[in-house]
Amino acid sequence: MTDLMKIRAIAKNGVTEVKVLMLHPMETGRRKNEAGEVIPAHFIQLVTATLNGKIVLQAQWGTGVSKNPYLTFYLLDAKAGDVIAVKWQDNQGQSNAIEGKVVAA
Amino acid sequence: MNRRLLLKSGIALLSMLLIVPLRALAAVWNSQAFAAVQLDQALQGLGVKQIEASDQITLTAPDFAENGAIVQIEVESHIPGTQAIAILAEKNPTALIANFILEPDTKPHIILRIKLGESGALKAVIKAGDQYYVTEKYVEVAKGGCN
Repeated sequence: MTDLMKIRAIAKNGVTEVKVLMLHPMETGRRKNEAGEVIPAHFIQLVTATLNGKIVLQAQWGTGVSKNPYLTFYLLDAKAGDVIAVKWQDNQGQSNAIEGKVVAA
Repeated sequence: MNRRLLLKSGIALLSMLLIVPLRALAAVWNSQAFAAVQLDQALQGLGVKQIEASDQITLTAPDFAENGAIVQIEVESHIPGTQAIAILAEKNPTALIANFILEPDTKPHIILRIKLGESGALKAVIKAGDQYYVTEKYVEVAKGGCN
């Protein structure tokens, strides 16, 4: 399942840039399929990021986040070798997670 | 009679099974704020009572978005003690797009790709202590991306 997410964390000048890609349809519940049936809403609601196990960011999302969400955030206290984990949970109870190590630029 | 009882208890059990995980989620996910159509209602759902315009928030978004399904935006707050960043679009079917809760060692700086339904104001709302601050930018959208 890890191929459904990608993470990259690069430390440079005291700031770590974390980029996360999550493959997800992010269906709004307003779109119709070819048969004219409404495609049920299916979207990521919660995203949690941790640095060495400690929460650094929690996000709540609605249907207005683009398909295959691509998020960048920045940490002030991370250094090369630290472990960053990102987990998401969607409105249908599915979830996924990925871990990555901070690398120096 | 027995069958009815069985049916009733079956329904009760089913609804319990369905409701419990939904509640567990709702405790974190702000369903009221995300369900709100109007921007003001969404802000109310986030607990915003008063809001002040600020030039200490940098909101970067295109002036013109060809495709409303993928619009890259960037928010950076220079307000000391920033705890949360919310992103809202006044003309979207539901105004609230995302709300980020940040820890002190997390820089209040986010880049995200969002959907915009039609041309309108995009807003970044910052929470610092009990205060809320906002900055906005008008984005013209050629093709709506909220289907």
